[in-house]
Amino acid sequence: MIAIRAPYLEIAVLVLGMAILILETFAAKIDKKIFAYAGIVGLAAVLVASFFLLPESSIPQTNGFWNFYTADPLSIFFKRFTLVTTIVVLGMMIDYTPVLGSVAGHASSNLGEFFSLPLLTCAGLMYLVSAIDFIFIFVAIELVTISFFVLVSFPRRNPIALEAGVKYLILGALSTAFLVYGITWIFGVTGETNLQRITAALSSGKIDNYGATFGAVLVLVGLGFKIAAVPFQIWVPDVYQGAPTPVTAFLSVGSKAAGFVVLLRVLQPFLMLPNIERLVVLIALLTVVYGNLAALPQNNLKRLLGYSSIAHAGYLLIGVACFDGRAVTFYLAAYLLMTLLAFAILILVAQQTGEEISNFDGLAKRAPFLAFAMLVAMASLAGLPFTAGFFGKFFIFVSAVAQKQTALVAVGIVTVACGFYYYLKVVRAMYWQPSANNNPIAVSALSRAVIVLLIIATIWFGIYPQPILRAIGPQRQRVAERSTISR
Amino acid sequence: MLLFLVLCPITAAIAIIAGAPARLTALVAAISNLFVTLALLSRFDRVTAGFQFASSFLVSADWQIHFAFGIDGLSLLMLLLATIVTVAAVWFTGKIDNHERAFYACLLFISGGAIGAFASIDLFFFYAFHELALIPTFLLIGIWGTGNRSVAAWKITIYLTLGSFVLLIGLILLYQSLPATTRTFDIRELQAATAAHAIAAPTQRHIYLLLLIGFGVLISLFPFHSWAPEAYASAPAPAAMLHAGVLKKFGLYGLLRLAIPMLPDGAHYWMYLLVILLLGNIIYIGLVTIAQKRLDWMLGYSSVMHMGYIFLGIASANILGATGAAALIFAHGLSIALLFAVAGQIRNRTGTLLFDDLGGLAKVMPFAGLAFGFAAFAAIGLPGFANFASEILIFFGAIRNGWEMQRFHIFQIATVLALWGIVISTVYMLRAYRSTFMGTINERWGKLVDLGTGLRLPVVLLVAGLIWFGFFPQTLVRMVTPTFRPYFTATK
Repeated sequence: MIAIRAPYLEIAVLVLGMAILILETFAAKIDKKIFAYAGIVGLAAVLVASFFLLPESSIPQTNGFWNFYTADPLSIFFKRFTLVTTIVVLGMMIDYTPVLGSVAGHASSNLGEFFSLPLLTCAGLMYLVSAIDFIFIFVAIELVTISFFVLVSFPRRNPIALEAGVKYLILGALSTAFLVYGITWIFGVTGETNLQRITAALSSGKIDNYGATFGAVLVLVGLGFKIAAVPFQIWVPDVYQGAPTPVTAFLSVGSKAAGFVVLLRVLQPFLMLPNIERLVVLIALLTVVYGNLAALPQNNLKRLLGYSSIAHAGYLLIGVACFDGRAVTFYLAAYLLMTLLAFAILILVAQQTGEEISNFDGLAKRAPFLAFAMLVAMASLAGLPFTAGFFGKFFIFVSAVAQKQTALVAVGIVTVACGFYYYLKVVRAMYWQPSANNNPIAVSALSRAVIVLLIIATIWFGIYPQPILRAIGPQRQRVAERSTISR
Repeated sequence: MLLFLVLCPITAAIAIIAGAPARLTALVAAISNLFVTLALLSRFDRVTAGFQFASSFLVSADWQIHFAFGIDGLSLLMLLLATIVTVAAVWFTGKIDNHERAFYACLLFISGGAIGAFASIDLFFFYAFHELALIPTFLLIGIWGTGNRSVAAWKITIYLTLGSFVLLIGLILLYQSLPATTRTFDIRELQAATAAHAIAAPTQRHIYLLLLIGFGVLISLFPFHSWAPEAYASAPAPAAMLHAGVLKKFGLYGLLRLAIPMLPDGAHYWMYLLVILLLGNIIYIGLVTIAQKRLDWMLGYSSVMHMGYIFLGIASANILGATGAAALIFAHGLSIALLFAVAGQIRNRTGTLLFDDLGGLAKVMPFAGLAFGFAAFAAIGLPGFANFASEILIFFGAIRNGWEMQRFHIFQIATVLALWGIVISTVYMLRAYRSTFMGTINERWGKLVDLGTGLRLPVVLLVAGLIWFGFFPQTLVRMVTPTFRPYFTATK
């Protein structure tokens, strides 16, 4: 048996994506959905392979590659996270193809690209979570962002999708510019691009603090766009609404998770600079408040989920501000489950009626199974116990309380209550509004299986979070690290 | 056995959703739960303090969270209350027109959540089980409620969410007030740790205030009460029975279980505040209750008002007061459940609960009148009912409270005012009884049918509970006092 190393996983995904892309050009006649199934099977194989990795310590990390790349537990966890996300997204895409055909006007001609681009994005995200060098971070982010440009505006005859694509393109390019400019400043001040050596340089006390802070702020701005933190969130609602729904799900889960991993990694050196911590706290405050308040009046479920993803970014930023990597990671894992669940149901319901919340009226009568699944998703997003979402919020609040971030805790409580309002609005629509039509909704076996799995996982990790915590690895040393570095 | 008690209603609820016959399954689950509780009662050792029948599974080693159950006298009393009221609530659920399955499932989820919270000896699941009831309550009021149901459903949900998240922060602070190596969510170990090394007084004050506000919202303590009457007025009768009778008592149970034993300094510091707020409950809400023109609103407000007495018992910080509070939790739970049940039956038959429309119903519904009368007299606190015994205990406890105070102190004033509260509650209960059951009967109601034989059983069950503990309060007191003895020996 060959020894599997972490970088092989990305290479496998990359090769898979390319192969599908090439095969698609030569196989014009066959049903394009086969490529999606092939992608799912391939990614599942990679996911299985990721559990047979050589332990990190046994790899001789002598060559230069390991200056850019790490295979620590955090990155391995997020590689699996990305793979699971991509698998579910591909599953959603299969369900979504009829809509794409009707909107875009090209029934199945370009679907091969639609199915292969997520694989390339997935490879990019997998590289990104392992990146420990600014150059590598930048390249990986570009790979992700560029494939997202295409995916977002894929139904190119649809003006809303096109608008979303252009918005995402322009603001994405702008944020990239900020990121590069920040990286150059950091490089100029410290002479390094490797995060570890930057940490050493910044803690030596021999560098220009103003220059470094300026660079750090620019990098944070760039990343702020990726994770949709206030005030860099403007693109989110429009892009989320306009993009094909599976792509929206991918954006809000995969892209966001990778952004947070990078944020955690770059914050390690930056926290040694004065005022950066305060800045992150401020951004977190703005983000939770804005996300939750703006979500309150929404009537379109996709937009609602867009704003709610800003709100969740805010809770995650609270965790980041407390520098609790484990809480953030757990929250992201819970967020993956519940967001994908919500989007999966949205796709099925929206095909028949529409994306407005009022289209969900009486869903409990039309499709009790989907209504129940949505109930679980909403309960988890709102943060009710016995769902994974509650443990996520719980860990975040525990670390915020431990760090005595009183403002964050107080604002957090109020906004959580706001969240209950808009998530339960969906529940209300499903359960006690009368519905206009009573047609049952057909659910394919694959989607049903995926939804059942997501429900079980949401509830299971809401009762027994230990497997995820164990996979993330130890926490204590991280906090200790911080106390010696930043104080 | 405890695990069965918790999982039985939840499993039954899932089975009902999956397709089991709704009413039958719910009744079987509720009644078997009652029998399990009675079995626990018979095997319960009243002499030793501490938790019995304990079981525990580690859920998270990093956080020391356990899925742990165990009971002492106090929790056993709460379980008894929860299971009795569940049986009554399920029994009183008649034919439901739409989503019958979901209705029974929601009831069982509320019951399971309450039982889980009372039986948990882990702080985390203590909290989590209570929250389990949130969405079922929202749905029960929203789908099957009457009147302004949508507003009521939102109000109760948002209020309770805010309250419970304040509570959550308080619990997290409590957890973190221990030194890092000994941190645990296990209530037994928390009690031992706080007994060995008391938490610093300023920290206690913060935590106690958070717990008081958090639990206070859940219990409808005076300035945070406005969700309760509206929700209970709109809710279908079984939901109101379960929520007012059982679920609301979670907060009081929490104060007795956590705040008083672990945070004595905090309790002392905020005592004046609590006494003033509870007088707000008794006097202000009492007067508001008198002014009500509808039976359901009156019952909703009266349940808020009676919380004041229980708070008085808790605030007095001695064995007498705390035991009285525990006993009144039980007695009030039974009496308010019976009141809501009868009111719900009247609403089903007449479609109105306005006092002006009703009157003389005792002629056509003598049994309902009798049941309502029993419950109303119990709620007033007539001797012979459990409420009387517990209120007496509370008043004695409050007069000789556990704090070292001057001769003329706030507790004497509070007790005297609370005694006047009894007069207030007499006024509104008797007025309600008169305008509903006495007087000339409206012709419209001449053909009403009385409660059927089937419905008399749960009434008998509730009344029997009230009278048994009214005549033999000692059985109840003996069960509960060992829980409080360790904390209050130091004070009195």
